[in-house]
This record gives sequence, C-alpha cells and structure tokens, in this order.
Amino acid sequence: MARHNFGYFAREGLRNMFSHGFMTFATIGITVACLLIMGTFTLVAVNADANLRDLEAENEILAYVDEHYTEGQAKALQAELEKIPNVASATYISKEQAMEDFVANYPDEALFHNLDPEILRDRYSIHVEDLEQQGATLRAIDAVKGIDDITAYEEVADGFIAIRNVATVVCVALIVVLFVVSVFITSNTVKLTTFDRREEIAIMRMVGATNGFIRWPFVYEGFLLGLLSAGIAFGLQWLLYTAVAQGVDTNDTLQLIRVLQFEQLWKPVAITFAGAGMLIGVGGSLSAIRQFLRV
Amino acid sequence: MIRLKDVQMEYENGTRAIRGISLTIEDGEFVFLVGPSGSGKSTIIKLLTGEVEPSGGRIMINGYSVSNISERQIPLMRRTLGIIFQDFRLIEKKTVYENLEFVMRAVGASNKEIRNRIPYVLQLVGLEKKVDSYPTELSGGEQQRVAIARALVNNPDTIIADEPTGNLDPERSLELMSLLVKINQLGTTVVVVTHEKALVDRFGKRVITIESGHVINDSIGGYVGGHIHGKA
Ligand SMILES: Nc1ncnc2c1ncn2[C@@H]1O[C@H](COP(=O)(O)OP(=O)(O)OP(=O)(O)O)[C@@H](O)[C@H]1O
Ligand SMILES: [Mg+2]
Repeated sequence: MARHNFGYFAREGLRNMFSHGFMTFATIGITVACLLIMGTFTLVAVNADANLRDLEAENEILAYVDEHYTEGQAKALQAELEKIPNVASATYISKEQAMEDFVANYPDEALFHNLDPEILRDRYSIHVEDLEQQGATLRAIDAVKGIDDITAYEEVADGFIAIRNVATVVCVALIVVLFVVSVFITSNTVKLTTFDRREEIAIMRMVGATNGFIRWPFVYEGFLLGLLSAGIAFGLQWLLYTAVAQGVDTNDTLQLIRVLQFEQLWKPVAITFAGAGMLIGVGGSLSAIRQFLRV
Repeated sequence: MIRLKDVQMEYENGTRAIRGISLTIEDGEFVFLVGPSGSGKSTIIKLLTGEVEPSGGRIMINGYSVSNISERQIPLMRRTLGIIFQDFRLIEKKTVYENLEFVMRAVGASNKEIRNRIPYVLQLVGLEKKVDSYPTELSGGEQQRVAIARALVNNPDTIIADEPTGNLDPERSLELMSLLVKINQLGTTVVVVTHEKALVDRFGKRVITIESGHVINDSIGGYVGGHIHGKA
C-alpha cells in the first residue's frame, strides 16, 4: 500500500475542520495574529536595514587635510586612510575641485562666484563599509597624522541602527513565543477532533489500518489550518503594510525614511508565511496525535 | 487456520479468564463458541484479534503468530480477519457506503476496487437499496447486516463475530445466522460466539463449549452436557 490517497485524506481533514467550526476559527485567528505580528516586526527590521544600506552608500565622511601640507603630502594620505579597517573608499578632493562643486551647487548665487579656493581645504571623501562601526572608524581617521578635522552625520545612522537592532531582537523573541503558542493551539484543536473520532479510530485499528493511515487526515487538517492562516495573514499584512507605507510617504517629518514597496517584498513574505503556517499546522497535529502511535 | 496451544490469559487485575485452552479451527470451518456469561468467550476473540496478549501458550492465526507478533505486523494480521461486534460499531456520521469505504481505504484499496466491491457485498447482505442511508435511519437488523458487510468488504480469510445476534429478535437472528452460513459456503472460515441455544442446535455445526476458561466440550451438532445461562 505505497499508494498515498491524497484526495481521501484531504477530504477527511476538511471534514475534521468543519466538524469543529469554532475551534477551527479560533485556531486560524490565533495563527493569523501570530503571523501578522511576526511579519510586521520583520518588515520593520527589513526596512530599517534597507535604509541603513542607503545611508552606508550615501553617507560621506569628510576628512580635512592639514593646511600646511603640500599637495604631494596630502595625496600620500590616501594609502594610509584606505588601510583603516571598515573604510570602503577614500577619494581625494582638492580645494579647487571642492570650490567648483560648491559653486555648481548654487549656480544662481553670484555671490559665491569668484571665491578664492584658498578659503577651503583639501579633503578626503570617505565611505564606510559598516555604519555600525562608524564611531571607531572616525576615531581611527582622526588619529591619522595630517588629518585635521572630520565631519560626519552620526545621529541619523545611530537612529536606524537602533530601530533595526530593536526590531531584530523583538522579532526573534516574538517568533519563538508566538510559534510555540500557535503550535499549542493547533495541537489542541486537532486533539479535539481526534477525541471526537476515537470510536472511528478504534474501528480503523480493528480492520487493520496502519498508524500512518490513521494519522494522515489529522496531518492534513493541521496542514490546511496552517495554509489557510498563512493565506489570510498574507492578505492582511499586505493591506496593513501598504497603509503604513502610504502614511510614512506622505508624512513630512518622516521624509528621510525610504519605505520599500510591498511589490518588492511579497515573495519572501509569502514564502515565509506559507512555511511558518505549514510548520505550525503540521507540528501542531503531529504533537496532538502522538498518543495514537500505540496499537 | 486458527490454532491455540495451552493458552492462558490473566487480566491486569488478576482475573484468570483463560486457563489453558488448546484447539484448532481449519480453513473453511464454521464454528460456534458457546458458554455461560463470564466463561471467557470474548477474551478468546480478543486474543485472536490481538487486542489482548496471552500470558502463556501460543496462538497462530492465518499464518501469523499472534502470541509474539510485532506491532507493525498487527495491522497486516487483522486484515485477514473480518470482525463483527455485538454493538455494530458503525460510524453514525457516515453513510452505509462511507462506512464500508473507509475500511477499504484503510487497507489501501483503489477507487475502482471500492466502486466494484461495495455494491457486491451490499447485495450479498440484501442492503443494496440502503447505500446512502445513515446508520440511525436503519433498523437493528439492517445495522447488523451493514456490520457484516463491513467485515466482508476486505475479503477476509476468517470472520469472527462476538454475539452478533445479541440485539436482534429470533427471526432476525435466524436470518443473520443463515447469512453467515452462506458466507461460509463461499469459502470463508466463520467463528461465532453466541448464547442462543436454539440457533446453535438448528445448524448442526461444530460447537466448542467454554466454562471457567476451559474447553469442556467440542463436538458437532450442539451442546453435550453443557448448560448455558442467557445474559438477560
Ligand atoms: N478488561 C477486563 N479486565 C479484567 N477482567 C476482565 C476484563 N474483561 C473480562 N474480564 C473477566 O474475564 C472473565 C471472562 O470474561 P469474558 O468477557 O471473556 O466473558 P464472556 O464469556 O465473553 O461473557 P459474556 O457471555 O457475558 O460476554 C470474566 O470473569 C470477566 O469478569
Ligand atoms: Mg462476551
């Protein structure tokens, strides 16, 4: 009997679900809530991380070279700066070029034209690899002989790092707790249906059904519960996310934040929800029917 | 073939239900198992189906050694048996058809086998018109016939019935017994536990009489010296 009768087991599983409408409803409700909470925190973490990456790419540290250095001496600092860990790139910008860039930024302001480049200093534009390490990197740059002064935007970076870290910790903790809760609830629902069918199970045993055959409908029940929950949670997550994303986009004070489009995220979200849903469902039903392993 | 050799059985509470029974039932036989209430008849049936284990002796049934069978083999052994319970034990939420279908599913029958086999056994027990009824919509005798159809549906080597007529009036009992005889004539071994002396006398089959966990008589045709008290 290698044959696996998908249709029959699925039908029996569905029958189980409908025979306990309220518990089925409660299980799906709890699982959906768990998935939504997990999903929301994960999406916040993902967005904070995306913003951090943006910042890492855009964030420019300007390191100004000692005014007494000659151009040759100033250019020699490049190798030394690039040796510092976490420095992705260091680009030399002479004061003349800096002046040109500055003026180009304000084409209409006649006042700035004809300025003497001597009022500016030679500088390096430095990008870091990991913003979280920026503090240490800044100190290392400062320590380089010939670097006089540094400007960097630390606060913004720190803000995103904090959000990402908090969201990640909360995520991990929630995932563990909610996962256990969902499995527990699913397990109890399935247990109820096995209790309801113990007469049937006893008869199945007497006619020579294997344990595998007896268990399959309950595994399908859990599977369907999990999948259904995942589907509903996905829909709700989508609505919730787009609503919040729109709110952030139109809010003036939150202009700095770039919110990822749900279209970019839906695939991993769908896969994760489906996976977690099935794990919860099948895990719950397996723990519920352990007691039926005996003949 | 069923063979018991020096079988003893003691329940967990210390009741010695079977105190050394040896007997052989050949393929194709029809056997009545009779005896007073509490003599150990149901215990013998439970030993045969693997529901309880003997505390001594050996039990062979249809090629399986039930006395030291592995858990994985129990389902296979049970598929050679068709068991009929006194209280029918039909599933009330399932129709007659579904009650038969699920025991065929349990042994891995294909859709085609199921479609062919169920009408055949229902016709054998005369219930072809009730295929879509629920058990609660049937009379006691009809329910008992569904139970027989269910025992037959997987084409077992042996039918084992524990007081199948217990809930039926005399006419229905006779009808049911005749049905079991017909099934036996088609080649299936039949073992029937019963209290009904009149019935047993009528059929002239082999009768094994149990008392206090012993076989006190084993002969063709009826009770010799044994006495039976009805349960009611
Ligand atoms: N589960 C059990 N636990 C302990 N003792 C039991 C159990 N089942 C039966 N017995 C005892 O074992 C003995 C044999 O019981 P059994 O059920 O085999 O009798 P029986 O011949 O089928 O009687 P009846 O005709 O009334 O059905 C009785 O003394 C009974 O009390
Ligand atoms: Mg009995």
